[in-house]
Amino acid sequence: MELLYFGDKGWGDELFFATLMTIAVSITAMIIGFIFAALFTPLKLSNNKFLNSIGNAYTTVIRGVPELLVIYLFFFGGSGAIMFVASIFGYNDYIEINAFLTGSFSIGIISGAYSTEVFRGALQSIDKGQFEAAKVLGFNKYIYFFKIILPQMLRLAIPNLSNVWQITLKDTSLISVTGLVEIMRQSYIAAGSTRDPLFFYSFAAVLYLMLTFLSMQLLNRLETKYSKGY
Amino acid sequence: MINSFPKLLNATLITLKLLSVSLILGLFIGLGFAILRMNNNKLINKFAYGYSYIFRGTPLLVQIFIIYFGLGQIEYLRTTILWVVLKEPYWCAIIAFSLNTGAYTSEILRSAFQTIKPGYLEAGRSLGIPSKIIFTKIQIPIAIKQSLPAYGNEIILMLKGTSLASTVTLMDLTGVAKYIISTTFKPVEVFIVAGGIYLFMTFIIHNVIKYLEKKYGFQT
Repeated sequence: MELLYFGDKGWGDELFFATLMTIAVSITAMIIGFIFAALFTPLKLSNNKFLNSIGNAYTTVIRGVPELLVIYLFFFGGSGAIMFVASIFGYNDYIEINAFLTGSFSIGIISGAYSTEVFRGALQSIDKGQFEAAKVLGFNKYIYFFKIILPQMLRLAIPNLSNVWQITLKDTSLISVTGLVEIMRQSYIAAGSTRDPLFFYSFAAVLYLMLTFLSMQLLNRLETKYSKGY
Repeated sequence: MINSFPKLLNATLITLKLLSVSLILGLFIGLGFAILRMNNNKLINKFAYGYSYIFRGTPLLVQIFIIYFGLGQIEYLRTTILWVVLKEPYWCAIIAFSLNTGAYTSEILRSAFQTIKPGYLEAGRSLGIPSKIIFTKIQIPIAIKQSLPAYGNEIILMLKGTSLASTVTLMDLTGVAKYIISTTFKPVEVFIVAGGIYLFMTFIIHNVIKYLEKKYGFQT
């Protein structure tokens, strides 16, 4: 247990901050994923064939390619792409992107593909009469979407979104390959310097289990809250 | 881009090998734990639930690292015959993948067993069929049929999961892709080729499962 002491002697504080980092990356990735989902869900539901195929391409490619490969693409290709864009505006110095941003962005794109599917499924399973009734009653667009469609969609989406959250949380462990110090990377460092990999990786597993357990408790509460009227 | 293609194709073979061996082992593990989950004994039930909870609640990367880096630390293990297997990254990856997919498969099979209409079992029992035969000839075929769509997803998730073998020095498709990226600095091109190979495999798995679903008449 000495290994887990806080301060200079043990790895307790390092692992604590690494856990916070994992939570921060997961939440950022989830939010980036929602932004992607908000962009691509309408495309997937669109009647326009071209827009539709863009939406489908996004979810098919991202869900069919390993997460690690996507991370490598952004890790090795990210700064190159940004430098290319910057060079158009006449900025030619080397730009290094922050590991946190690369990680959150790549996990966010992955999580977004899953969220897109969840939102699409939820929107499609809302009774058609709800859309028609809202239109017939002449509500403006704001009320139509935010007061009528969105609450119903959320109720249907939340159980599946908590699955997406679990996937996202576990996927953040892969960002450790880029050197961002989250739970996995910190355990790797600790295991390397103490030569006690069994202990640190098992402890990492416990940390992840705690995170999944606690977040499931919270999400279940949210689920009951949103399904009150049913 | 064209030069790297044969190398990537070769690595695809390792990916496929990892996938097929872990799926087969995982199926047996999954079936075993699904049966334990339906046991009336609370302790056995809790044990099987704990297994699937732990393996589904932690990242696959942690599981591989515990098995590959962690188990080698136990002095006793190094003296046993198990060490022959555990010193090879290939087998460590397979053990981790099989245990992981086994946990997911056990959940898929359990829910499939539970959706079997009690009428089928009653019919079997009233015809005087022994319960072992009811299990192997009635319950298992129906469960397989019911779990096909979910299991198809699991195969695709596992295909993506095999990419983690590259973190324990195995040169699978992702491992070789990373190596080529880091030596040529052409991430986009390599991503397109390697990603294309993965997509192609996903596409084939997807269609085979679809065909099987049709053939065996999937019913909800």
